[in-house]
Amino acid sequence: MADVAHASSNAPAPKPAPHVKDNAIIRFENITKRFDKVVAVDTVNLEIKEGEFFALLGPSGCGKTTLLRMLAGFETPTEGRILIDGKDVAALPPNKRPVNMVFQSYAVFPHMKVSDNVAYGLKMDGVAAPEIKTRVSEALELVKLGGFGDRMPDQLSGGQRQRVALARALVKRPRVLLLDEPLSALDAKLRDQMRSELTSLQEKVGITFIMVTHDQDEALAIATRCAVMNRGVLAQVATPADLYEFPNSRFVADFVGSVNMFEGVLEKDEPNEAHVRCPELAATVYLDHGVTGARGSTVWVALRPEKIEMHKRPAGSSAMKMEDAPQGANVVAGVIRDIVYLGSETNYEVELEGGRRVKTFRSNLTRYDQEDFTWDEPVWLAWHACSPAVLLS
Amino acid sequence: MTTLSQRRARRERPGPLEYTKRWPLRVIVLATLAFLYLPLITLMVFSFNTSRRNVVWQGFTTDWYVKAFNNESLLQAFVNSLTIAFLCTIISVILGALAAVMLWRFRFPGKTAVEGSMALPIVVPEICLGVAMLVFFARVLPWPMGLPWPLNLGAITIAHVSFSFPFVSTVVRARLASFNRELEEAAKDLGASEWRTFWDVLVPHMQPGLIAGALLAFTLSLDDFVITFFTAGPDTITFPVKVYSMLRFSVTPEVNAASTVLILVTVVLTAVGLQMQNRTEADKAKA
Repeated sequence: MADVAHASSNAPAPKPAPHVKDNAIIRFENITKRFDKVVAVDTVNLEIKEGEFFALLGPSGCGKTTLLRMLAGFETPTEGRILIDGKDVAALPPNKRPVNMVFQSYAVFPHMKVSDNVAYGLKMDGVAAPEIKTRVSEALELVKLGGFGDRMPDQLSGGQRQRVALARALVKRPRVLLLDEPLSALDAKLRDQMRSELTSLQEKVGITFIMVTHDQDEALAIATRCAVMNRGVLAQVATPADLYEFPNSRFVADFVGSVNMFEGVLEKDEPNEAHVRCPELAATVYLDHGVTGARGSTVWVALRPEKIEMHKRPAGSSAMKMEDAPQGANVVAGVIRDIVYLGSETNYEVELEGGRRVKTFRSNLTRYDQEDFTWDEPVWLAWHACSPAVLLS
Repeated sequence: MTTLSQRRARRERPGPLEYTKRWPLRVIVLATLAFLYLPLITLMVFSFNTSRRNVVWQGFTTDWYVKAFNNESLLQAFVNSLTIAFLCTIISVILGALAAVMLWRFRFPGKTAVEGSMALPIVVPEICLGVAMLVFFARVLPWPMGLPWPLNLGAITIAHVSFSFPFVSTVVRARLASFNRELEEAAKDLGASEWRTFWDVLVPHMQPGLIAGALLAFTLSLDDFVITFFTAGPDTITFPVKVYSMLRFSVTPEVNAASTVLILVTVVLTAVGLQMQNRTEADKAKA
């Protein structure tokens, strides 16, 4: 795919998290799920390793939740096999599978005390009463709810209820823990806190976590590896950094993070250099690596806003007068049309000479940075030859 | 500029719907209450009247209660009514709850037809239902005469269940609408079988609906006259039917006394039911 050459030559190989093992704990083989005639999941092949914190990421209706529910046993695949620890689980109902789930609504039993909620799964397994007691208090301690055992669920906050759901699933010591949109119902501050708590919890218990989310920030922040899904198909499976820096398609580049996308024609493609002619930019984009595409074919240049530098430009100087321009492989001229001040950074929208608008983010390094640029100010936009990703699809 | 005191004065003027604060509304409220409860109070007061006639107050006595309790056939009718109501409640709650769960959970051919036919006993005029029951028990399923008590009440109980359980089902189904399906999945995910999930998750959720439905079924059965009138035999008289037959001779305070006892029984049972419902709510709120 695009940029593979670059990824392997320049970028360091992604280091797996230390607690991730080599064996595949879960394997989806040619999984297809149809509801009547709608294809929810289309021939998915995926391997998840033991100890991973894996995220299924995608827009709503992309099939990620269906995939998770098939793993839990609430849906049956139309075609294909699901293996857990190498064993086909097709015949196993949800209550016999070595996986447990934290539901989006948390699904804490409202008529049971917190401790009874956590004990429920162990009771179903026929664990002896004294053992249940110690394991329940251990689990509550683990999610920092020690001393909450006698409360009823409606006396808890949303965050605490989620911890109950976590404890209730973890107390069964499942092989895999499934989380369905775990943070979507929490407010922003609590979400940040739960993010890091989920990560440390996963490292502590050493159980494989699989999370479904539509929030790309969440997936990038928590997961060791992500699968991006689109219309039932796996679009890309990679580490968060690879997903963001080396997307394999326009969909992934656009879905994960913010991006400027320019259509262009591949004019030159050599191992250490490539040129893409972009009519919208009224310029040629120079790259310091090959893209392995056919010469003359249509490609897309995906450029992240934070990878564009902005420089002041004397009024009247045009993009063609390169002697005024800052040094760099790629430089275009434009005028600032929109400014959004976000505190830590400022987002600018720059209109190029052809009318196309380009987003660029700029960190506010000092307290006066945001005053440097103003509306309708002429600027240069510049980026390195290695910054854009070139996409073939 | 308005001063603070002006604003306070304005706030104290009662709003259009503060019916305890405006006198015309207060009058309407009192009149409504009087209209609803004065007849009942009159009935109860005259059950203590010494006069045989119900129109003039002559003095206080409890003789009518003694007389009512000594009236063998009235007492039998009273016991019959309570027994039928009790059996009808149990059967209606089970049937109604199962019907509600079926209609809520499953899709099957003819579901709309089933739903419609469930509402039929509610909308069909009682007199028609009564006649229908009479014909049914005369021709199709003749209930054997002379069965020992309480088996002889079977026909009436079946008739009562047939119009009570749709009410239970409606109430329970309304309750099920607020059920979070993820609770059920969570129970299964934690290792519960279908059966355990039903008892541990679904039934506790339905509980307020079951109690409300039981109260409905009980009161519907207890005070039904029309349908019972058509299905009752000579040895299976219920309380409303008995009272009606007593009225045909004369309205004695004995009837008042018996009615007062029935009202008390109903009020107490309703209070207990509501108390049970409140307690489940309070359990949740308890620290």
